[in-house]
Amino acid sequence: MERVKAPVPIGTTVMVERLEETMEEMYVNMGPQHPSTHGVLRLMLKLDGEVITDCIPYIGYLHRCHEKIGENRSYPQIVPYTDRLDYLASMSMNFGYVVAVEQLMGQKIPERAEYMRVILAELQRIASHLLWLGTFGLDLGNFTIFIYCFREREMVLDLFEAVSGQRLNYSFYRIGGMGMDFPGGWVENCRAFLEWFKPRIPEYDALVTDNILFRKRIQKVGILGREAVVNYGLSGPMLRASGVKWDLRRNDPYSIYDRFEFEIPVFEDCDVWARFLVRRQEMIESVKIIEQALDQLPAGEVMAKMPKTLKPPVGQVYSRTESPRGELGFYLISDGSPKPYRYKVRSPAFCNLSALPEMMKGFLVADAVAILGSVDIVLGEIDR
Amino acid sequence: MITFAKVIEQLYAVTAAWGIPWLVPTLVVMTIVVGVVVAYIAVAAMFLIWWERKISAHIQVRFGPMRVGGWHGWAQSIADGLKLLLKEDIIPARADKVVFVLAPMVVFAASLASYVTIPWAPGLIVRDLHIGVLYMVAISSLAVVGIIMAGWSSNNKYATLGAMRSAAQAVSYEVPLVLSILGPVMIAGTMRMGGLVEAQGGTWLGFLPRWYVFPQAVAFLVYFICALAECNRLPFDIPEAESELVAGFHVEYSGMRFAIFFLAEYANMFVVAAIATTLFLGGWHGPWIPIPGLPAEVVHGLFGLVWFQVKCYFLIFVMMWLRWTLNRLRVDQLMDFAWKVLLPIAFANLIITGLVLML
Repeated sequence: MERVKAPVPIGTTVMVERLEETMEEMYVNMGPQHPSTHGVLRLMLKLDGEVITDCIPYIGYLHRCHEKIGENRSYPQIVPYTDRLDYLASMSMNFGYVVAVEQLMGQKIPERAEYMRVILAELQRIASHLLWLGTFGLDLGNFTIFIYCFREREMVLDLFEAVSGQRLNYSFYRIGGMGMDFPGGWVENCRAFLEWFKPRIPEYDALVTDNILFRKRIQKVGILGREAVVNYGLSGPMLRASGVKWDLRRNDPYSIYDRFEFEIPVFEDCDVWARFLVRRQEMIESVKIIEQALDQLPAGEVMAKMPKTLKPPVGQVYSRTESPRGELGFYLISDGSPKPYRYKVRSPAFCNLSALPEMMKGFLVADAVAILGSVDIVLGEIDR
Repeated sequence: MITFAKVIEQLYAVTAAWGIPWLVPTLVVMTIVVGVVVAYIAVAAMFLIWWERKISAHIQVRFGPMRVGGWHGWAQSIADGLKLLLKEDIIPARADKVVFVLAPMVVFAASLASYVTIPWAPGLIVRDLHIGVLYMVAISSLAVVGIIMAGWSSNNKYATLGAMRSAAQAVSYEVPLVLSILGPVMIAGTMRMGGLVEAQGGTWLGFLPRWYVFPQAVAFLVYFICALAECNRLPFDIPEAESELVAGFHVEYSGMRFAIFFLAEYANMFVVAAIATTLFLGGWHGPWIPIPGLPAEVVHGLFGLVWFQVKCYFLIFVMMWLRWTLNRLRVDQLMDFAWKVLLPIAFANLIITGLVLML
C-alpha cells in the first residue's frame, strides 16, 4: 500500500499538508493529546467510515537526547537517566543498565544484592503489568478495574518507597551492587503484600477476564502472526502472545534467574486477548519468583568493593534483560575513560510499536485503542 | 377522585365564568407546569450526578466527593453547576454557529417534552394522552436530532463520528424498544400512561403484584437494554466513548452548553426509568397505609408519588451499577446485538403474547 505524504510538525505549529481525502475516506489525528495514546504518541488514522485503512505513528514528542547525554556522563551518572526511560518500570531499567556495565567491567556482585535485584525487578514487573491492566481497562471503558489495579500498585510503590525513598524514579541499583540493604521488616511486608495480592487475580478475573463483553472486545483483534512477530523483532509479552516461547530470563539467563522455577506463559491466539492473558499470567509467575527469592535470600554485603572512579577496560558490550515490555538491550563502547564512548539503548516498546500499522489495518476505530493498549507503550522509552 | 385534569377543568370553568379569556389560564398553567418540571429536572439531575459519583466511588473502593457542603459532599453538583455557568462560552471559529447554539436546546427540549405524560401519582399527570406511550417513544428519540446537529455543527471529525454512531445506534435500538413496549400495551389494551398503571393494580395469583414485569419479563429485559442504548449509557456509550472519540458529539462544547447536554442525559435517564416503571413495574402502585386525619385519597397519592420515585431511582441505580462494572461494546457488536439478538427476541415475545391473549 502506498503511504500518503504525512503532515510534518514544525516547531509548535503543525503544518498540515493537504491530505488526499476523498468522500469515502478521511484522516483522523489521534494524539498527541488524546486520552488513549498513553502519553504523547500521535497516530494518523485513515478511516473508511469506521474502518482503519492505514495508520501512521509519529513519535519524538518526548525526545531528550538520552543516548547523547549518556556519552557526556560518567557511568554511575547514567543510572538516574535510565530511570526516565521507562518510568513505569524504573527498577527494570536500572537493572538492565547496571548489568551491562558490570559485564563490561567483568565485575562480580554480592549474592544478597543479586537476590535483591531479582525481587525488586519482579515486583516492578507486577506493578508495571498492573498499571497496564488498569489503563487497558480504561481504554475499553471499564473504569473500575483501573482503580482496583492502582490499589495494588500503590502497595508495591510503598514497598519501593521503603527501600529507596522514591516512588517512581528509584535509581536504586548501583554498579557493583545495591544502594543499601532492605530496611528492617521489609521482607515481612513484602510477604504480606504477596499474600494480599494472590487472591486479587481472581478478583480481576471476575471483573474483566470472565466478562463476556470484555472478551468479545479483544478476541480476534489486532492479529499479528508468529512469523510477523519474529520479522518485526518484537519481544516480551507481544512475542509470547503469538506462540513464541522466548523469555530472556530463561533463554539467556542473566543475574540469578537460572535458580528459580517459573513458567513462561505462551498463548497461540496472536491477538489482543492473548497479550492480555500473557501479562495476567506473568504477574502470577512473578509472585512465584519473588517468593522463592525471599526464601533463599542470603545475608551479607549488598555492595562490592568498587574503585572511586569507574574506568571500564577498552571494549564493547551488548547486554539484554527482560523488562516488563520485552528485551531491553544496552550497548556500550568503552575507550577506557570514565565516560562511555557510545551508549545505545534498544528499547522494547519502540520495537513493539513498529508493528502497530500492521496490526491496525482492517479493524475499527474502537479496536485501535485496544490494539494500542495491548502494545503497552511508554513514550519515555520510545522517544528517549 | 381529585386529578390534575379535573383541577384544570375547574380552573377553566371558573375563569370562563368570570369572563377571563381562555388564553390567560392556559398561559398561567403552562408557566407553572414548565417551571415545576424544569425545577424537578434540575434538582433530580444534580442529585443523580452526585449519586452517581458516590456509587461509582463505592464500587471502586474510594469515597467520592466528601468536602463540598459538609455531609458527604452533597453540594458538589451545585458547585460544579455554578462553575459551568460562570465559564466562558466558546463557539469554535469554524462551527456552524446557529446550529451549534440550537443543538443543546433541542436535546434538552426533547427530554423535557417527555415529562408531559409521566404518571407521577394517581391523578397527577400533566396530560394523560390517549397515545401516551407512543408520544413518549417518539419524543425521546428526537434527542438524536440534537446530537446529530451538535456533531455536525462542531466541524470536528471526532464529533462527526460520534454523531454518526449516535444516529446508527438510535435507528437500531428504537425498533426492539418499541416492540418490547407493545407487550404491556397489548395486555392492558390501552396506550394511556395512566390507564397502563391502573391496569396493574391488584395481584397475580393472589400474591404477586399485578405488574407486567412478571408476564413480560423478556420484554422488560429487552426494553431495559434498549433504554441503556437510548441514553448512551455504558455499555452502549459509543457516541461519546471518551477513550476513542475523546468525548464524541459534545467534544467542542464547554460551559453552560456542555452542562445542558449533561443535564439532558440525566433527565433522559429518568424518563426511560419512568417509562419502565409505568409499563412494567406498576407505576405508583405499592403498599400504603391510611394516616388518620388525612383524606385517604391524598395519602394514597402521596404514597404513590413516593413509590413511583423509589422504583425509578432503583432502575437508575441499576443503570449506574452496570456502567461502573461493564466495559464498552464495539460499534459492530452493538449493531449485531440489536438486529440479531434483541429484535428476534422482541418479535417472539410479541407473537407469544398475542397468541396467549387470543386463547
